[in-house]
Amino acid sequence: MAHAAHGSNYLNAEKGLWSWLTSLDHKRIGILYFISVMSFFLLGGIAALLLRGELFAYNAVDALGKTTGQLLPSADAYNQILTYHGAIMVFMVIIPGIPAILGNIFLPLQIGAKDVAFPKLNLASWYCLMAGASLAMFTMFSTKVDTGWTFYTPYSIKSGTAVTTMVLAAFITGMSSILTGLNFIVTVHKLRCPGMTMWRMPLFVWALYSTAIIQVLATPILAITLLLLAMERTFGVGIFDPKLGGDPVLFQHFFWFYSHPAVYIMILPAMGVISELITTFSKKTIFGYTAIAYSSLGIAAVSFFVWGHHMFVSGQSEFAGIVFSFLTMLVGVPTAIKMFNWVATMYKGSIEFASPMLFALGFLFLFAIGGVTGIMLAVIPVDVHFHDTYFVVAHFHYVMVGGTLMAIMGGFYYWFPKMFGKMYSEFWARMSWVFIFVGFNVTFFPQFILGAMGMPRRYFNYIPAYEPLNRISTMGSWLIAIGFLMALYTIINGLISGAKAPKNPWGSKTLEWEADSPPSVHNFDHEPVVTAGPYEYK
Amino acid sequence: MLLWILQKLTVVMAQADSFMPTQGTEIAKSVDNLYAFLLVISLVSCVIVIGGMIYFAIKYKRKSANDVTAYITHDTRLEILWSVIPLILFLFVFAWGWVIYHDMRTMPKDALEIHVTGKQWAWTAEYKNGVKSTEVVVPVGRDVRLILAAEDVLHSFYVPSFRLKQDAVPGRYTNLWFHADKLGDFHVFCAEYCGTQHSGMITKLRVVTQEEFDQWLTTESEVSTLPMAQRGAKIFQTRACASCHSVDSPAVKVGPSVYKLFGDTNVELLDGTKVTADENYIRESILNSQAKIVKGFGPRSAMPAFQGQLSEVEVTALIEYIKGLK
Repeated sequence: MAHAAHGSNYLNAEKGLWSWLTSLDHKRIGILYFISVMSFFLLGGIAALLLRGELFAYNAVDALGKTTGQLLPSADAYNQILTYHGAIMVFMVIIPGIPAILGNIFLPLQIGAKDVAFPKLNLASWYCLMAGASLAMFTMFSTKVDTGWTFYTPYSIKSGTAVTTMVLAAFITGMSSILTGLNFIVTVHKLRCPGMTMWRMPLFVWALYSTAIIQVLATPILAITLLLLAMERTFGVGIFDPKLGGDPVLFQHFFWFYSHPAVYIMILPAMGVISELITTFSKKTIFGYTAIAYSSLGIAAVSFFVWGHHMFVSGQSEFAGIVFSFLTMLVGVPTAIKMFNWVATMYKGSIEFASPMLFALGFLFLFAIGGVTGIMLAVIPVDVHFHDTYFVVAHFHYVMVGGTLMAIMGGFYYWFPKMFGKMYSEFWARMSWVFIFVGFNVTFFPQFILGAMGMPRRYFNYIPAYEPLNRISTMGSWLIAIGFLMALYTIINGLISGAKAPKNPWGSKTLEWEADSPPSVHNFDHEPVVTAGPYEYK
Repeated sequence: MLLWILQKLTVVMAQADSFMPTQGTEIAKSVDNLYAFLLVISLVSCVIVIGGMIYFAIKYKRKSANDVTAYITHDTRLEILWSVIPLILFLFVFAWGWVIYHDMRTMPKDALEIHVTGKQWAWTAEYKNGVKSTEVVVPVGRDVRLILAAEDVLHSFYVPSFRLKQDAVPGRYTNLWFHADKLGDFHVFCAEYCGTQHSGMITKLRVVTQEEFDQWLTTESEVSTLPMAQRGAKIFQTRACASCHSVDSPAVKVGPSVYKLFGDTNVELLDGTKVTADENYIRESILNSQAKIVKGFGPRSAMPAFQGQLSEVEVTALIEYIKGLK
């Protein structure tokens, strides 16, 4: 192949839809993931707006017994939309988000590799995600699932909706997650370029590596749990249904044994992105490289032993509750260490408020709030009050949206010039940040108060005392929607009429910026040789 | 919109002391104390982290592309400090939480036991003497233990004012206890998603004096053994239906009389249509009084809607009673 030809890069080396659908190039597969995940995000986002819309319309009954207004046709419709919002956002957006898009494209580039270790497996994992997603979408046109994304038994066994299909869909998307994780672990161990020792890897790579370990170890648990659920629904095997001698709480143990580590599958890569952004835009080496790398591994390890903190009031033993509360406190420490390290990195730096940095600062702001409320929820008697209320909803949105989604946006703006060889409009990128950041706080901060007041989650309707804060929250969701529309405009506008991007527009030190923008098919013209750490701003 | 938000925020701030619901028990107070402590240290931590971030961002704002920055890789003492301090704080709040949780979960001896069963989508409290009630009525100043069960799917018995929540799990018993020291009605929510009417699975926990409690228990127990029509007559009294509807003459009190009502094929409504007073008509009029308003009343009915207030058995008893008013 004439990869030396002038102007040839991974985007234009081959043409046509078929060349994309069969591409083994990690960068092209990253773009495929980007398009699909963003489409899922749009769907999940519309669902969120509908849910908030319903809670704005306030379907309460007035003193004289008259219903005052309702947006959705029924409580069932609300429960279904709630299920799709959760399932889409978790399984198809936040989990694959950073590893499969940014990780796929930049993990090999950052360690000076030509590709991931198993390019065919990489493509297969995209097809797995698409197959799972298609199956999930299919259920929307049959009987819409109404169990919530957690599929708690025995409701999920009794529900007359397409739970079995939906569960199989989640099973298949899980397969995609395992394959990606496996690929990354081998790539990190086997394909680092000369001089790229483990302790010279960028922290984004460390984060992806820790995530990959969790993906490979935890996802099979989800898979077997979902299969058991499908078997119980189809063949009446009594694992979870008490009428058949099963135990519904066992399902929760199985489910959270995966889904708690999964929380770190969602947040660790985001933490990796933030390390890259803060060093680049502070023009400074990271403070405590080793501590951050080890804290990623530490979080990955301890995350397997804290699942019971989702179950303090489920009927599990009090002793188990206390042990899980204690272990949860331990997992809080490495997270706190990272926060302090990032802030310390900015000390005596040269801080540029480019849009990726704004998202990184937004991340620190929101993740700090998400973090401290997480500690509150780990304290058992406080959790007994907050469990399954809007306090929990607010907490995990601060972590998942305020954390992961802010990092996705920041990372995307940061690497956009490398991915597409074009610059975007800085003005519109900043505007999108303003709307997303402000809108996010207007939406979710009132939900902490609603939770303190006692409003349970997954409520189609509520008592009048909760009305004002719900209305404010819904208005915030409109601001977020405007913010994301602006981001979409920024991307499209950048792709169409963006100025040509230089090799290294931000003055970063990591290896991916030595490749062309956009990179050639084989990433580097010559195999790079590394002689120093990733953030040597001297 | 902005003004509206500001106005609403002011209202919300004015009620700030009610962010946590009324404290109905001693344990609720101790939970709130711990929560208040957590709020304060959280606020301090956020001020340090976010404040530090903002301070550095402003102080070290890029002046030119050639800014020279400090080269600081790490500082072991500082790093140990900010690992150990959070750890100590975390362990402290963990231990404090443990102490309260111990009290919360140690079931008192000699507590009044009430069996509470969740089913889609209502709670039923059953007392030792056989009384069943959709509301949980308990005496003030006494240890009460609820033994929870679920008939179909998971439910969760949640009393915000008591800071108490416990899942009701099919196939096993769970329990919780409290010692209410405040009279009044408190919300009970279902906090574990249970299907269509999950958000409608709300009832009241009524804390009454010991005398009222004993009286209520006796009355309810007598009522439950009476023949249907007589039970209906009791409910007609206790729910104060009798203060608006006469039962022995066609005379109008506040609302239409129910004397000789059942079977009347000629009930004229506000819009001129005529309906028959059968079981379903009376049922609808009890549960949703706005649905069909009798001519000469209205335009809106002053009668409260009893939807969700009366059990199926109670509605049927009322109808049986009204049938017999000839």
